[in-house]
Amino acid sequence: MKMVYVDNNATTQVASEVFEEMSPYLTRYYGNPSSMYTFAGQVGDKLREAAAKVADLLGAAPEEIVFTSCGTESDNTAIHAALRSNPDKRHIVTTRVEHPAVKSLCEDLSKRGYRVSFVPVDHKGRLDLDYLYDHLTDDTAVVSIMWANNESGVIFPIPEIAKKIRDRGIVFHTDAVQAVGKVPIDLSSVPVDMLALSGHKLHAPKGVGVLYIRKGTKFSPFLIGGHQERGRRGGTENVASIVALGKACELAGQHIEEENTRVARLRDRLESELLARIDKASVNGDVKNRLPNTTSIGFDAVEGEAVLLLMDQIGICASSGSACTSGSLEPSHVLRAMGVPFTSAHGSIRFSLSRYNTEEQIDHIIEHLPPIIDRLRKMSPFWKQSQAG
Amino acid sequence: MWEYTDKVKDHFLNPRNVGIIENADGVGEVGSLACGDALTLYFKLDDDGRIDDVKFQTFGCASAIASSSALTEMLKGLTLDEARKISNDDIAEFLGGLPKEKMHCSVMGREALEAAIANFEGTPVEETEGEVVCECFGVTDIQIERVVRENHLTTIADVTDYVKAGGGCEKCHDQIQEIIDSVMEKEPVPKKKQTRLTNIQKIKLIEETLEREIRPALEKDGGNIELVDVDGNAVYVQLRGTCASCRLSEVTLSEYVQAKLRELVAPELVVEEVHP
Repeated sequence: MKMVYVDNNATTQVASEVFEEMSPYLTRYYGNPSSMYTFAGQVGDKLREAAAKVADLLGAAPEEIVFTSCGTESDNTAIHAALRSNPDKRHIVTTRVEHPAVKSLCEDLSKRGYRVSFVPVDHKGRLDLDYLYDHLTDDTAVVSIMWANNESGVIFPIPEIAKKIRDRGIVFHTDAVQAVGKVPIDLSSVPVDMLALSGHKLHAPKGVGVLYIRKGTKFSPFLIGGHQERGRRGGTENVASIVALGKACELAGQHIEEENTRVARLRDRLESELLARIDKASVNGDVKNRLPNTTSIGFDAVEGEAVLLLMDQIGICASSGSACTSGSLEPSHVLRAMGVPFTSAHGSIRFSLSRYNTEEQIDHIIEHLPPIIDRLRKMSPFWKQSQAG
Repeated sequence: MWEYTDKVKDHFLNPRNVGIIENADGVGEVGSLACGDALTLYFKLDDDGRIDDVKFQTFGCASAIASSSALTEMLKGLTLDEARKISNDDIAEFLGGLPKEKMHCSVMGREALEAAIANFEGTPVEETEGEVVCECFGVTDIQIERVVRENHLTTIADVTDYVKAGGGCEKCHDQIQEIIDSVMEKEPVPKKKQTRLTNIQKIKLIEETLEREIRPALEKDGGNIELVDVDGNAVYVQLRGTCASCRLSEVTLSEYVQAKLRELVAPELVVEEVHP
């Protein structure tokens, strides 16, 4: 059975060029970059090369790049650093649709004496900017807003927001894990102070991330230890994965055009064909301002987990915002924040493509998903009501 | 990814008895779209009062569909009195077990069955009376009390797994805890389960029994007990405090600790003392 992988917002396959680039650093070049001899020094050179490649993709300087173990570590480090450098401020502004790496941390901080404002979104997943600006106060230590949402794919107007926040003199962090490599990012013109990205979302392996820290931003490390990363993150570098991430960023820069043309067209075809073939289906989120690879579609009167498991039977890997897949009982916080009606929230499926997807794979989904939805709907006591309504 | 048994997968991929019975004798509808799962159960009786035909429609995840399908298979040929005895645990067991987080699917099956029987008999369903405790999922105190009692639930998380109550805004957690406490007061002893325990369940139950039953009793005399290991049916413990030096410690172990564990966990357990 052939596999059709359309869950690239969850993770991506490691690019073969990336694997080739990293593998010597798992075998031959095992020196510790902190050591004094040439054997190790060449490893250090390679790390600096990787930082330069990441910086290139972001429009940043190599010394503004700190390698971490994952996107979550980057997000946690950024927010903690901002709070520590503003010890007299007790207020945080974030959104209701953040990834748990930010959302759960902020909820935790709200139990530890911080006040958190969660900016709402509208039914299309667009941020309420008035609410955001109205809630900035002299007590606000940090604003953390994702660049693009992992479930809906909706892109937030980070360039505009960053300028406004900078004018207020507040630290601004963005979780750009889903945006990097999919939409152009130029930090030389967008004044964010800190930005998080994750390797495995852009065809590098799992277990490596980056925190961008703008030169001049007050910072204190989260992992305290050796002098690695210029004292900004202790711990011996994950050399092979960092090398991989450098290569992946170089490739991402080369492929970003393709993401926004060929991949976007595949996504659009998938979406429009499914909407045409399946009654009572609707797209979640702002289709005008969306990642080129993502579509979230709600199918009335079916439950997402059942859809996923039936798709799994024919090799399609996707994900769902439904309650049952997450282990919680309610549909995803993102769909709830958007006010997606229950009729379709429980039956929402997210397809996220990559440059490795082909026309044939999209055909496979278009052909096999409609009968799956039909089969589950025939089993569902709500289908007749839904049809009537 | 959920760990479903082959039987759950089979009943999900090939559900039995899907559909509607137009002139059914009893119809039970439970769940809602908002809750994420719902089941409508239909049955028709033969001349002897046995369930002749049974059909279901389910909106929900794989385990909800599998639980519904399993229930219909279990019901065929039963009298209503026999059907009434089917518990949610029976449904889960028929399927070779359900992930703990999915036990509410089996409870939904049992509730639909009761609703269908009540519909046939023209009596109101007891559980819909009560007072709503969990507003997010519309669960009443009677429903929670029953599921706690029947399944020996001890935590709020258990209750959420079984009837969803407490899985939303969490405002009702205090009330759920009160219900658990009051049931445990009435029945402090976790009843011996008929079903075969897995290793983890066994160890957990041993720990719980030590914690709740045995340790408090020993502590009254200044003693204490620690669980060291469980290997098959052998339970290794260390006696502490006054028990450690007590000449009657062997008696304590065999007459009290082992007896309690055999009563409440499994009759084949052997308790052995480990010396520090």
